[in-house]
Amino acid sequence: MAGYVPHTDAEVESMLGFLGLSSVDELFSVVPAALRLAGRPDPSGRRRFLDLPDGSAEPDVLAEMERLAGANLACAGPGVGAGHGLVCFAGGGAYDHEVPEAVRALASRSEYVTAYTPYQPEVAQGVLQALFEYQTMVARLAGLAVANASLYDGASACVEAANLATAVTGRPGVWLSLGVHPHWRATMATLAAGSGVELVDVPLDDGVTAWPQVAPDGVSPDPPGALVVAYPNHLGCLEDLGLARRVADTTGALLVVALDPVAAGLLRPPGEWGADVVVGEGQPLGTPLSFGGPYLGLFTCRLEHVRRLPGRLVGETVDTEGRRAYVSTLRTREQDIRRERASSNVCTNQTLIAVACGVQLAWLGTSGLRELALRCARATRYTRESLLALDGVEPLVGAPTLREFALRLPADPAVVVERMLEDGFLAGIALDADGGAGNGPGLLVAATERRTRSQIDAYVAAMDKVIR
Amino acid sequence: MFELSSPGRRAWSFARTDLPEWAAADLVPPEHLAPEPVALPEVSERDLVAHHTRLTHRQYSVDLGAYPLGSCTMKYNPKLADVAASLPGLARVHPAAPPSCTQGWLELLSELSRALAEVTGMAAVTLQPPAGAAGELTGLLLLRAWHASQGDTGRTKVVIPDSAHGTNPASVTLGGYEALTVASDHRGCVDLAALRAVLDDEVAGIMLTNPNTLGLFEDDIAAITAAVHEVGGLVYYDGANLNAILGVTRPGDMGFDIVHLNLHKTFAVPHGGGGPGAGPVAVTEALAPFLPGPLPARAPDGTYGWRTPARSIGRVHSWHGNALALARAYAYLLALGGDGLRRVAEIAVLNANWLRRRLGDHYDVPHDRTCMHECVVSAAGLKRRTGVRAADVAKRLLEEGFHAPTVSFPLVVEEALMIEPTETESPQTLAALADALVRIAEAASVQDHHAPRTTPVGRVDEVRAARRLVATFDARLPPTGGG
Repeated sequence: MAGYVPHTDAEVESMLGFLGLSSVDELFSVVPAALRLAGRPDPSGRRRFLDLPDGSAEPDVLAEMERLAGANLACAGPGVGAGHGLVCFAGGGAYDHEVPEAVRALASRSEYVTAYTPYQPEVAQGVLQALFEYQTMVARLAGLAVANASLYDGASACVEAANLATAVTGRPGVWLSLGVHPHWRATMATLAAGSGVELVDVPLDDGVTAWPQVAPDGVSPDPPGALVVAYPNHLGCLEDLGLARRVADTTGALLVVALDPVAAGLLRPPGEWGADVVVGEGQPLGTPLSFGGPYLGLFTCRLEHVRRLPGRLVGETVDTEGRRAYVSTLRTREQDIRRERASSNVCTNQTLIAVACGVQLAWLGTSGLRELALRCARATRYTRESLLALDGVEPLVGAPTLREFALRLPADPAVVVERMLEDGFLAGIALDADGGAGNGPGLLVAATERRTRSQIDAYVAAMDKVIR
Repeated sequence: MFELSSPGRRAWSFARTDLPEWAAADLVPPEHLAPEPVALPEVSERDLVAHHTRLTHRQYSVDLGAYPLGSCTMKYNPKLADVAASLPGLARVHPAAPPSCTQGWLELLSELSRALAEVTGMAAVTLQPPAGAAGELTGLLLLRAWHASQGDTGRTKVVIPDSAHGTNPASVTLGGYEALTVASDHRGCVDLAALRAVLDDEVAGIMLTNPNTLGLFEDDIAAITAAVHEVGGLVYYDGANLNAILGVTRPGDMGFDIVHLNLHKTFAVPHGGGGPGAGPVAVTEALAPFLPGPLPARAPDGTYGWRTPARSIGRVHSWHGNALALARAYAYLLALGGDGLRRVAEIAVLNANWLRRRLGDHYDVPHDRTCMHECVVSAAGLKRRTGVRAADVAKRLLEEGFHAPTVSFPLVVEEALMIEPTETESPQTLAALADALVRIAEAASVQDHHAPRTTPVGRVDEVRAARRLVATFDARLPPTGGG
């Protein structure tokens, strides 16, 4: 197989000759013989070094990839009716939004796709400026001064926010709302084993975080370094960020808010509520569901914390001629310079997804982001009211919701989800006890701007049949 | 973009839904409702497309030409993987969908795991880590969990050679360990005697890149891994340079316990201007019960599901890792096969050695013996003779139409130029790259401090960017009169 190697046999011979070698194998004489794969001859006499099939031609590879893709039930695309993919009512941090063709086309331009990290800014102004624009728009969504050039996903953004806050305050404790996505909390717990961050779970009361009682004098035995809360939270509820800010003030903690960037189109920015760090999952803006990745970790903070900002940051400057130019800046924060004293090890991030998010935000513009959020809220309201009209269906919690909500069903939610597949619906996410933040089991339902009245009516009718 | 904005202009449109048109105030409690919308650019789709198309014309990329960044493995990214990753049956699948509707994805991830285990000589794999550094940190947490399971909590240090990537020491710190640096010997390899001197029962493990960042194979590797194992430590393989040894030798055979791979290097996942990548971690049988979960697993009846290992350290990603990047890597693997992977290593190493030999008369080669996938040359002599530094050579190379090599790394070589041509650059491209580097050395002069002069912008003022931070459009200073 070619392996996309251009060399002819004659060229290989000639290059070996230049090196004074007679075979390619001699290049590997520096590898001790005992460690070298000996290879077994196959029936045709060629040596096989790895127990893997031989390479395949492009059409055969694509046929195999199409077979695998065909073994999934994907969510329906635009203009596709029932029976051609699932109509998606699942959310939980991964939402079925439209990705406009302009976003798809620009984010798949090969100059963006096949570039490396912009270490040579003179030939990387495209990626750098696209990131600078992304940073500006994400900072505005959050209502904070500065955004980085992306982290891996919502979970990693929460991890880095906790690390930043505990470093700033010198306190290892983090009060973590159970309204934060369970997978993000799990990731934070995994990484806390190394970082020494001490997570304290804070339960929900009727859908919103019930922060521990803090004495009015602020004296608490173990004051936290950070409060982490999601807005809206995993059950779709709108948290009281004013209360969270007061608890942060009383305890001297930093307030970290995990913001849904689509809901942000209607919500007062967390920065205005006094958030110190705003993070989030950027997938809803420009990235398909993608079976969970690559997604996009949003990370913004107050200017005073910029020297502890994890990951890359693009800044504006000038070139030798005084022309506007962009460059990765405050580089001394980063791992390749600070090494073991760096506060984050992030190197490769999610640049291409950030570029797509920036294109999507510009495509939406001021009015479009609000319209998108409004349409999601309308579809969600209509779906929620229709489902609640069914016998035995109740809200899981009472707090107000916006673009997602949780229900108690008169049947096992996991079974309901399985059975609804037969009718062509991904009905939502079945919440177990942990997923329901102690309120489960339940069903988490989201309806995006892509859901039409007829789809929702059909979904509710199918649900009615399934839960009887 | 912001300067193109005109109030009221728009690109957006949304599908007709026939839903009731409740107002925002009916949907959002007043205390939560934004008093005004988020200010974003207001542009037409035409202007948006033109703006980004112009930006891409100011961007170098692999599709445009050679990108010999050492340790970054900037190989050609096959177009077939783009198609594979955009198949609706892969790209439109919800990550929380039950296994009954994700059998294709589970099979893909399961088969990819198996293939990566074979390539590395390890027993089990997690695909969750979304990048190399995330893989490193996952590996260190596995190391921690392993020692804890042995009741051994007194180990506080992880050994790292001085030639290591910066992510290694940073990951060690985040893994809760103290980084202990050991010097390389005169051959550019780990100094076995120096290593033995620091090994004791406080050492949890060692992180190594092999071939190392000088592009040299650590030929004492078996003795190194044995020495670390002798004191109860584990040995971690940083897969940044795995391209050199595909089908030639395997970390598992060298005695490594934990391996991370960079699929965005070795397995041709495009770098996307800095990501997304994928950093799967492979481990020995003994460490498999600690892997992050859930993992894709095949039941006896042939169906696939998720399984969380018995003593899992927990999740390291929101979902299942950078799934579409994993799909790209799988398509690449199918295209190459076992035979193709071996060919990759052969030609990558041949190309690097050809360059090393060709450049040897014009640059210093601190370790002039057979290298692996990359060679490190030094501009130290050039700097003494002409004042032209490695960074200047890099900027001059941009003028010649190539991307620059990695400069000033590894830190153990003065004025380093770390060149990794990869297997996908033809002998003609190599010759042109070498000719350019030779020309640069021969004509080196103080004028080179002003390079590059033919790129979209000239040399960028990095000091000003850091001193007068402008990280958003809003942070710009208001224009002054002289403006």
